[in-house]
Amino acid sequence: MTRRAPQSPGSGHGEDSHEEDAGPGRLSLLDRRLVFVTGKGGVGKTSVATALALLAAEQGRRTLLCEVDAKGDVASYLETGQTRFAEREVLPGLWAMSMDTEASLREYLKLNLRIPVAGRIGPLAKAFDFVATAAPGVREILTIGKFCYEVREGHYDLVVVDAAATGHIIGQLAAPQAINELVRVGLVRSQTGWMLDILSDPALTGLAIVATPEEMPVNETLELAVRVAKETTVELAAVVVNRVLPELFGRSEEAVFDRICVPGALGHLERIAGGDPTPVMEAARLAVTLRRNRAAHLDRLRAELDPAVPVMFLPELFTRTHGLRTTRQVARHLGEELAL
Amino acid sequence: MAAPDSRDPGAADLKGAPTNRAAARRASVKGAPAKSASGDPAGTRPAPAKAASRGRAAPAKTPERAPGKTAEKAQDKGASTSRSGAKTSSERSGSLSGLLASREIVVACGPGGVGKTTTAAAAAASAAAHLGGKVLVLTVDPARRLANALGLKGIGNTERQVPAEAFSEAGVKPMGELWAAMLDTKESWDALVRRHAPDAKTRDQILANPLYKNISGRFVQSHDYIAMERLFEIHSEGLYDLIVVDTPPTRNALDFLDAPDRMADFFSSRLLRWLIVPYRSKLVNLASRPFYQVADRILGSQFLTDIAEFFVLFQSMYDGFVERARAVERLLGDRRTSFVVVSTLEAVPLREAEFFAQALKGRDLHLGAIVLNKVLPAYLRDPAGVAVAERMRDDASSMGTELAAELPGVDPDQVTRVLAEVAGSFLNFRVVAQREAEQRAELASVPDALISVPYFDQDIVDLAGLLHLGAALWDNY
Repeated sequence: MTRRAPQSPGSGHGEDSHEEDAGPGRLSLLDRRLVFVTGKGGVGKTSVATALALLAAEQGRRTLLCEVDAKGDVASYLETGQTRFAEREVLPGLWAMSMDTEASLREYLKLNLRIPVAGRIGPLAKAFDFVATAAPGVREILTIGKFCYEVREGHYDLVVVDAAATGHIIGQLAAPQAINELVRVGLVRSQTGWMLDILSDPALTGLAIVATPEEMPVNETLELAVRVAKETTVELAAVVVNRVLPELFGRSEEAVFDRICVPGALGHLERIAGGDPTPVMEAARLAVTLRRNRAAHLDRLRAELDPAVPVMFLPELFTRTHGLRTTRQVARHLGEELAL
Repeated sequence: MAAPDSRDPGAADLKGAPTNRAAARRASVKGAPAKSASGDPAGTRPAPAKAASRGRAAPAKTPERAPGKTAEKAQDKGASTSRSGAKTSSERSGSLSGLLASREIVVACGPGGVGKTTTAAAAAASAAAHLGGKVLVLTVDPARRLANALGLKGIGNTERQVPAEAFSEAGVKPMGELWAAMLDTKESWDALVRRHAPDAKTRDQILANPLYKNISGRFVQSHDYIAMERLFEIHSEGLYDLIVVDTPPTRNALDFLDAPDRMADFFSSRLLRWLIVPYRSKLVNLASRPFYQVADRILGSQFLTDIAEFFVLFQSMYDGFVERARAVERLLGDRRTSFVVVSTLEAVPLREAEFFAQALKGRDLHLGAIVLNKVLPAYLRDPAGVAVAERMRDDASSMGTELAAELPGVDPDQVTRVLAEVAGSFLNFRVVAQREAEQRAELASVPDALISVPYFDQDIVDLAGLLHLGAALWDNY
């Protein structure tokens, strides 16, 4: 919040939109190195994360997309095979992987301890499972650690994480601090320092919350925004409002619509159109009401969110299926919102 | 086709006054659940008998009902089952009302963001309104909104009764009582420790252990377990006739089902004992074990000591704890418990929901119903309507001019734009409705009841709203 610059000196020219958007508020999503994407279940978190990664790759950035809760949705949005822990280039410039904490542990041990892991990972993994189950943060630190490691090593220009849903993201992002509190000495402790450095630097790391303009997603977004500021060191880089319904018509046209919807006029229309227009009119009524309710939630989001946080809008896509084609559409809209 | 199709979720008059509707529903279901509760313990099974009895029961009851409407509805319903296809008519005989009348625990589960919490609350509210007895909705969602809707200031870890005024404001005279409680993970864990700790000293040590604090407060899986544990606790107190539970949002829909088992396994495992032994006997040289060599270097010995202390302390509660976890597991598998999977017809949630339904079957748990939320109106798929919309889109300008001629003072261009817009919008939504209808038809795991709930265009802000949704759930199948 301290970053919210008052009217910047040169902003006398007023509403010059792009400059305002990219202005002193926050760094654009694609200009960071590590972006976590979260959101309440059902809002399209994975779809937005995938589209963001695709967009970055299309913009020429070497991009790694990682699915934390390996449900295989990334694979279906990109129409690529199952993603695994080992990164794989699925489209030009776009690598994909899915998190697997055991594999991450193995990689970690290999890199840091030079332990002959292969022979011992069996029982070790089982024991690890216990420790991880008992000690919160251990599993999360391996997850977060993997991303921070990729950023530190500079293997990619951008790492996009399809992170945990709003309910669990704090636990993930705050894991290095939690470990710092719990673990006083040892390698893990010494490792949390540099991770915190990466996570706390807004030039490197940002969080994007995906919401839909509905009551609960907006509530959760606002609550999460507060918690992120209070309990983590990660900057909220953007809120992406997904599935915004198109505006059918303005006020004066709505008056015309109302005139058409009376029985007499409908009768004329039925004759002219050669069939009963009632379902078409009812569907329009539904679309208008839905949009209006959603607009109220959007207003609330705007009013209660820190004005420094950019809000981006993605339209509802009336598509037949969810595949690469749809993902490309989402990416295109994201690109427009990012003024690319 | 012109007449509104009253059992089709979409075609139904959504804006109809909730109270009348709820009242009509109440009248219409009075007989059925009572019957299934006594005569038919399974409540939801035998298909033909039920359909028949519904048809018969309706006319007999007509006199005490609101103007003959429900009789029609009952007949409609019969028609709908046979019309919606051979596969569905004979197999899906259940309804949520039957389920709620015949079970003691109904667990609402499914992917996130599909309206689980609201569905659970609506089902519980309807059960309290129509069935009588004490009904509890146990939610994990701390949403103020739900508390508001129930007329409560807030929902806490202890159960509170929804005030009678909330029902009277909704125009409903409830047959029973509605109670609500929220799951507070930390508080529930503390209660569990207090119950099982062998003595005050151990209890205090556990409560003060840094690991315990972390686990009980933040730890995701602990949430899963404690939800089921608390359910067991409340159920065994026997105060409620029906408990409707809303499950925590899990990374994996199965986590909370596995939680009791995992907990029991965890605390009874040999591996755990093996882990703790060194800390019990100082004679054992830690360094001799490769695991400790590694763990020590990674985590530091202090942390390992914390972990071990925690486990040693917890071991003292072992018997009580494991026994308890097993009992929770049995309760979930008991025939008094049924599961309702909630989803929308979108591809991703639906895939998860189907997976969940399969998993329930695989575990011999009772899948009572699948509730499909936010289903778009069926008129979007009506071919005649589609044809009209297509013509309107293609000939908007000539139709607009012609129609404007009939509407004095209206700008023809505006009429044209409006026609083009509404036609385009209809065809857009139609694509989605079509996709959803196909998804619905492909549903592989079909329980006794497959319930479609229409897309409500208003947010639910009070008990009347919940009861309205409840009415859509109630007898729909």
